[in-house]
Amino acid sequence: MSSQDELSRDDFLRMYSQMVRIRTFEDNANKLYLSAKMPGLTHMYSGQEAVAVGICETLTSEDSITSTHRGHGHCVAKGANFKEMFCELLGKEEGYCRGKGGSMHIADQANGNLGANAIVGGSAGIATGAAFSAKYQERDDVTVCFFGDGALGQGLLYEVMNMASLWSLPVIYACENNLYGEYTPVEEMAAGSLIARAEAFGIEAFEVDGQDVRAVYDLAQTLVSRARQGEGPFFVLLNTYRYHGHHVGDINREYYRSKEEEKYWKDERDPITLMGDWLIAEGMADDEELTAVRDKIRAEAKEAVDYALDAAYPPESEVDQHVFAATPASSPSQGEHHA
Amino acid sequence: MREISFAQAVNEAIAEEMRRDPNVFLMGEDVAEAGTPFKVLSGLVEEFGSKRVLDTPISEPGFVGIAVGAALTGTRPIVDLMFGDFLFLVMDQIANQAAKQHYMSGGKLSVPMVLRTNLGATRRSAAQHSQSLQALVAHIPGLKVAMPSSPYEAKGLMKTAIRDNNPVVIFEDKLMYQAKGEVPEEEYLIPFGQANILRAGTDISLIATSSMVQVAEEAAQTLAAEGIAAEVIDVRTLNPLDEETLLNSVKKTSRVIILDEGHQSYGVTAEIAGRISEKAFYYLDAPVSRMGAMDVPIPFSPALEDLTVPNPQGVVAKAHELMQGAQAYGT
Repeated sequence: MSSQDELSRDDFLRMYSQMVRIRTFEDNANKLYLSAKMPGLTHMYSGQEAVAVGICETLTSEDSITSTHRGHGHCVAKGANFKEMFCELLGKEEGYCRGKGGSMHIADQANGNLGANAIVGGSAGIATGAAFSAKYQERDDVTVCFFGDGALGQGLLYEVMNMASLWSLPVIYACENNLYGEYTPVEEMAAGSLIARAEAFGIEAFEVDGQDVRAVYDLAQTLVSRARQGEGPFFVLLNTYRYHGHHVGDINREYYRSKEEEKYWKDERDPITLMGDWLIAEGMADDEELTAVRDKIRAEAKEAVDYALDAAYPPESEVDQHVFAATPASSPSQGEHHA
Repeated sequence: MREISFAQAVNEAIAEEMRRDPNVFLMGEDVAEAGTPFKVLSGLVEEFGSKRVLDTPISEPGFVGIAVGAALTGTRPIVDLMFGDFLFLVMDQIANQAAKQHYMSGGKLSVPMVLRTNLGATRRSAAQHSQSLQALVAHIPGLKVAMPSSPYEAKGLMKTAIRDNNPVVIFEDKLMYQAKGEVPEEEYLIPFGQANILRAGTDISLIATSSMVQVAEEAAQTLAAEGIAAEVIDVRTLNPLDEETLLNSVKKTSRVIILDEGHQSYGVTAEIAGRISEKAFYYLDAPVSRMGAMDVPIPFSPALEDLTVPNPQGVVAKAHELMQGAQAYGT
């Protein structure tokens, strides 16, 4: 039985809507960059929405994720609000990280997002450590480590997959193969089989169409539930595509990929269109309803962008706050026991 | 008072904190049955079991990264990095990940972990097992750095480190592990950011860290026999740094030698010298002086290695130089 059999029309519509939220967020972020309203630059998740949504829809807010420099999609899918996200992108005080992290470091720990990471593969240790904590404290939460095909070049990933397998940790390594590491095709940089790398550590590995949110959901649901039972770790290769360049400023891309290729993925393999068509074919929604969903989200995004543009920057006094966490004054134990 | 070794002091500190808080655990290469190559952790796996005293593969970036993630999510890891030289292997996890999480998240995330490692030459271990790399981590905002100089210091600073809600790197002097010193039976902690005036004096300040504290103390004894009263200060923690105690001492003595076993260039001695020059310049009767390891990879041959690290005779000679200058000006 497919785990989708237990899903209602509302669940499927929520997946659609979450994917639209990511796309809409990115469209607005891109506009902010192009109109020079956003400091720095950012990396668009557009095209990969089914990956983040298909996986995060199977998680609870107790479950953790680690994200990447291309992290807005994971953040939205894990439950973040537009307002705090746009504030963060614009360096405003009301951002998720008080404007100190920016696009590449958004963390939303209330929803279990341990943060985006600007070092490729840099969060593989953190995700594995979060799974270690869960097992150590006998909790049943699961951690998903999102990373791109580029991170397959980092040794850290292999070190922690080895330990995760030795120690049976509840972590799922979700490799989003969007075909390019920065400006270079994956096949020029990764030798041999991608999933065999995980299998060599005794980790069960799977490959799935990352444009099909229902397929991603199905697989993730099974693996998350197995990881909860102590059967982890797992590795998933999600085949997907990055619509934009490596970052928003990567406009002329023809030296590494063709316009025809981009057009094919957008026209034939778009995760939102595919899901919308399926909802209509199944009679779960009609065109008008889906248009209404998209319009509502666009309006919500516009409101959040306007809010963020007007929001205050952090005060200058904030600059040296949060370098260190406060530690309560310590005194010798009096036989007390801190759990 | 009873005397125990530096290694026993570290071991006791960790054991006491593991009894106090079930979220404290220990991981690293050969920390369990082997108790580390230096036998510092012997007996802990027998008391706490292999769940809390965990042998890892030889994957330093991997297990330090796992510790960062574990610390972010409710546990308090103590990570054993077998040699300080291996810091270069784990710098991304320490400097880009652990150190920055609290700040980058606007204060929402924190990383309460301890990285135990070591420093020190003259063990005939050559260039990749003899470095003193404290400056490397002290340079990074978000990391605390502790430098115990005796068994008493090792225990008190380790306990404070384990209870701190930030990443703390502790450098232990490999040569000191078997050295014995007085350590009270009753529990105590040594707060971070409070330098220790080991010997009061009025003529010259000897400001030292870790392995160099004993060197400074021996030099001070020789100087005392000559009628020169040196003040010896153990810095204890590089970050936070107790600038006030250091400056007050220099303002009193007007002469200073700063000692640290890291390479002299761009290091700990340079930082402290810079602060003294900025904030106590008008109190000085002699140039700020500093002594660190020579700027060479640590050589293997004993005939060469011993030349690279400051010794008490060198400190005495340097003190004479500074005092002669004083006589020349008739002060």
